Amino acid sequence: MTTPVLSVRNLTVEIPTRAGLLKPVDGISYDIAAGEILGVVGESGAGKSMTGNAVIGLLDRPARIASGEIHVNGRRIDRLSRKELRRSRGKEIGMIFQDPLTSLNPLLTIGDQLTETISEHLDVSDGEAKARAIHALEEVGIPAARDRIDAYPHQFSGGMRQRVVIALALCAEPSLVIADEPTTALDVSVQAQITALLKRLCRERGMAVMLVTHDMGVIAETADRVAVMYAGRLAELGPVRDVITAPMHPYTDGLMQATPDASEGATRLRQIPGAMPRLGSLPPGCAFNPRCPYTQDRCCQDPPPTRDVTDGRAACWFPLTEHAAIPA
Amino acid sequence: MLAYIIRRVFQSLLVLLVVGLVAFSLFRYVGDPIDSLLGQERTIADIDRVRESLGLNDPFVVQYYNFLANAVQGDFGISYRQSRPVAEIIAERAPATLELAAVSALFAIGLGIALGVFTAIRRRGIAANVIMSASLIGVSLPTFLIGILLIYVFSVELDWLPSFGRGQVTDLGWWTTGLLTASGREAIILPAITLGLYQMTLIMRLVRSEMLEVLRQDYIRFARARGLRERAINFRHALKNTLVPVITVTGLQLGAIIAFAIITETVFQWPGVGLLFINAIQFVDIPVMAAYLMLISVMFVGINLIVDLLYFAVDPRLRIEGRNT
Amino acid sequence: MTDKTSDLPQPAAVQRPSRFKELWEADLVYNLRRSPVALVSLIVTLILILAAVLAPLIAPTNPFDPASLNLMNGFSPPGVPNAFTGETFLMGTDDQGRDVFSTILYGMRISLFVGVSAVIFAMVLGITLGLIAGYVGGWIETIIMRIADVQLTFPSILVAMLITGVAKGFTPPAYRDEVAIFVLILAIGLSDWVQFARVVRGATLVEKNKEYVQAARLIGRSGGGIMLRHILPNVLSPVLVIATISLALAIIAEATLSFLGVGAPPTQPSLGTLIRIGQGFLFSGEWWILFFPAVTLLGLALAVNLLGDWLRDALNPRLR
Repeated sequence: MTTPVLSVRNLTVEIPTRAGLLKPVDGISYDIAAGEILGVVGESGAGKSMTGNAVIGLLDRPARIASGEIHVNGRRIDRLSRKELRRSRGKEIGMIFQDPLTSLNPLLTIGDQLTETISEHLDVSDGEAKARAIHALEEVGIPAARDRIDAYPHQFSGGMRQRVVIALALCAEPSLVIADEPTTALDVSVQAQITALLKRLCRERGMAVMLVTHDMGVIAETADRVAVMYAGRLAELGPVRDVITAPMHPYTDGLMQATPDASEGATRLRQIPGAMPRLGSLPPGCAFNPRCPYTQDRCCQDPPPTRDVTDGRAACWFPLTEHAAIPA
Repeated sequence: MLAYIIRRVFQSLLVLLVVGLVAFSLFRYVGDPIDSLLGQERTIADIDRVRESLGLNDPFVVQYYNFLANAVQGDFGISYRQSRPVAEIIAERAPATLELAAVSALFAIGLGIALGVFTAIRRRGIAANVIMSASLIGVSLPTFLIGILLIYVFSVELDWLPSFGRGQVTDLGWWTTGLLTASGREAIILPAITLGLYQMTLIMRLVRSEMLEVLRQDYIRFARARGLRERAINFRHALKNTLVPVITVTGLQLGAIIAFAIITETVFQWPGVGLLFINAIQFVDIPVMAAYLMLISVMFVGINLIVDLLYFAVDPRLRIEGRNT
Repeated sequence: MTDKTSDLPQPAAVQRPSRFKELWEADLVYNLRRSPVALVSLIVTLILILAAVLAPLIAPTNPFDPASLNLMNGFSPPGVPNAFTGETFLMGTDDQGRDVFSTILYGMRISLFVGVSAVIFAMVLGITLGLIAGYVGGWIETIIMRIADVQLTFPSILVAMLITGVAKGFTPPAYRDEVAIFVLILAIGLSDWVQFARVVRGATLVEKNKEYVQAARLIGRSGGGIMLRHILPNVLSPVLVIATISLALAIIAEATLSFLGVGAPPTQPSLGTLIRIGQGFLFSGEWWILFFPAVTLLGLALAVNLLGDWLRDALNPRLR
C-alpha cells in the first residue's frame, strides 16, 4: 500500500479556558490518498474546521495540538518550526476558505495575490510567475484570464471569486487541499459548478482533498470517503456509498434522515432531537447518548473507542447493523 | 465621482465664505479702522474722507465682496501694531511654521504608523503594553507641559539642544529655511517633537486598532494559509488595508498640527505665524487675526478636500464604484 | 425624593426611582469598586476640588494680600528655612515671596471655576440648541447643525483663542483684566457646545414622533416643555460623560490659554498663568515655581480625564 498524502493519528486539539480544558478535536485518525476526496461532515461546532486548521497549522491561540501526529507525504508536520510550517503551507497544503467575499484582499489585484504566492514557493522569474498565474486562472475556468488578471476582487461575482480563491490555493501545486465549507456561501446553482471543479482538479492533479462541510448532499456528490464527526470525535468513517446506504452510527443515520432527498419525493424529514452538547458539558460515555434512540447503560458510562474507527467501523457500542428495525 | 468632487469643492467654498464673513465682521466691526489710521487727532471731515476712501460707506455686501477680493489677491490690510502690510508679515513668518509643521507631521506619521504596527503585531509583548500605557498619559498631557518638560530635560539638565528660536536660518529669497544649518536642525527637534507627540499617539492608537481589526480578516488567514511570509502579510496585506481609514484622521491631524503650532511656537519662542497670532490676540491686532483666520481656514478646508480625494486613490473599490455612478 | 415619603401611604402610581438614581445604585458604584484606576481618579479629583473650594481656609497665606507678603522670603526653596526670615514654605516661594502652595490653591480655584462654568455654559447652550434643532427642524435646524459642522472642522482651542481675541477687541483696554475670567468661560464654553447639541438633537429626533408628544400637541399644549422633561432623562448619561470629558478638556484649554498669555490675568493667576510665570525661572534654578503648579495641573487633568474615560465605559459602551 502506498503512503497516503495525509495521515492523521490520534489528533487532539485543546483549548484551555477558565472553565477547564476543552477538546474541540479529540483523538481523531484518518488517511487521505492521492486523488481521493475525503468528506468531513458534522454539525457546526463538531470540530470539522478545527481539524482542518490543525492540519495546516493555523490554529488560533489559545487552541493547540495537544497530542497525535500529522504526516503529509510521509513527513511529520505537526512538530515543524514556524518557518518550515509556513513553507509547507501553500506549497504542500492548500486551503480554500468558506466566504469568497472576504477571503481575497480587496486592495490587491488577483494577479498580485497569485504571483506573490507563486514566487514565494516556486523558484521562477516574474514573467514565469505571471504566466503561471494566468494558467492557474484558466484552469479554474475564469474566462479571458489574461485580461482579468489585473482586476480587483470586487470586480468578480461570488462564484468567480471562489474560483479565484481555488486558483490561489492551488497555484503552488500542493498535494493536499483542505476545503473548508467551499460552497456554503454560494448560490445553489454555483455550488454544483464549484464542487465539480474541485472534483476535476483532484482527479487531474492527483491531489488529496479534505472537504469540510455540513452538507450531506455535497458529500454524496463529491467525496470518495466520508468521516462523520460529532462533538470533536470521529463517529464513523467509510466509503461514501456504504455510509450513506448503510450507516453504522446512529448519529450518521440521523443525519441521513435529516437530509432532504429530491428523488424520494415528499417524505417528511426526520430531525435529530435536541442539540449537540457544548464542549464544556459533554455527557459521560458516548457524547451522542442524550440524543440517541438506542442508548443503553453502557453508552452512558464508557466512551466508545474512537481509536478503532477505520473504514467500515463506527465509534458506537451498538452499531446499527446489529440493531433491529428502526423504530418509527 | 466627478459629481462628488464638484459637490465637495462647492461645500468647501461655502465654508470658506462663512469663515470669510466672520473674518470680515471682525475686521470691519471689532477693530475700528478709523482709529488705527487717523489716531486721536481728527476732524469729522477727515473721518468722512477716510470712510469714503476705505469704502466704509458702501453697502455691506459690496464691502464684503471687496474684502474677499482683496484677500484673494493677498491684501489683508495693515497690521495695527507693526504698521506694515499683514501679508508681508505673514509671508515672512510662514516658512518657520510650515517647516515646523512638516517636520512634526513626518515625525507623527512615521513614528505613529511604525509604533501602531509594532504594538498591533506584538500586542502581547511587554514593550507594546508599556507603549500603550504611556500613550494614554501622553494624550491627557497639555502640549505646553510636554514642551516645558522637554526643555527642562534636554536644554536645562543635559544642555544638548537649544530651548528657543530657530537657530541659524538660510534665506533662499522666497523662503527661509533652518534645515540647511546644524544649529537650525538642532533647534527644530524639540519643537517638532512637542508639536507632533499628541498626533503621534493618536495615529499610533488608530493604526493599532485598525491593524488588529484587519489581522482578524479572512483574507489575512488566507494569506497565511498560502504560506506567505509574516512580513508580507503584515506590511503588504494588512498595513495597506489599515491605511484607508488612517488617512482621513491623519489628514485632519495635519490641520490640527498647524493650529496647535500656536502653543508650541509660544513655548519655544519659534518665530512663526502662530506666535504672531498669539501676539495679535494679546494686542488686539485685528487685521492679523482676520488674516490668520482666513489662511488657516483655507488650509483646513484644503486638507479636508485632499483627504477625501485621497480615499479614491487608495481604495480601488471606491474608484470603480465612483466611476460607475 | 426624601426618605420620609416611604412612611406615607404610596400613591396609586408608584414613582419609579429616577433614571439617574437607578444607574447610580445599580451599576456605577459596583463598577467603581472594580476599577482601582477610576477610584483613585475620583478620590484625587474630589481632594483637589475640596482643596480649591476651601483654599482660603487651607492656604497658609493669602497670596493676593500685599500686606502678607515679605519680599525677603523671595525664592525660598521648598521645605528649607529661608536664609533671612527663617520661615519655611512647603513648596517654596516665588520671586515676590509668595507661598507657592497658596498660589496653587488659589490658582486651582480659578482653573476649576473657569472649567466648571465653561462646561455648564456649553452644556446649557448645547442642550438648548440641540433641542431646538431636533424639535423645530427646518431651516433653523440646518443653520444650527451647519454651524456645528463648520466649528467641528477647527480644533476647539483655536475657536476659543479666536473668541478671546474678538472679546478683547470689544472690551476697552482698561477693563480687559477684569473681564478676562468671564471671557475665558465664554470662549471655552462656546468652543465646546457642539457635542452636547449633537447628542440632544439625536435623542429629540427619536422622541419627537412618539405618541405622547403628538397627544400633547393635540390637546393644544406645547410639546417642547414636555419633551424637555422626557428627553433629559434619556440623554442624562451621555451628557454626563461628555460633561466629564469636557471638564478635563476645559481645564486644559484654560491652562493653555492662560499659559499663552491670553487667559487669566496675572492679578488672578490660574494654574496656567502660574506655569507661564514659572517657566521664566526654569533656567535660573528655581524649579519649584514651575514644578508644583505643573504637577497639580497634570494631576487634575489626568484624574478628571481618566474619570471621564471610565464613566464613558461604565455608562454607555456605545459612545466609544
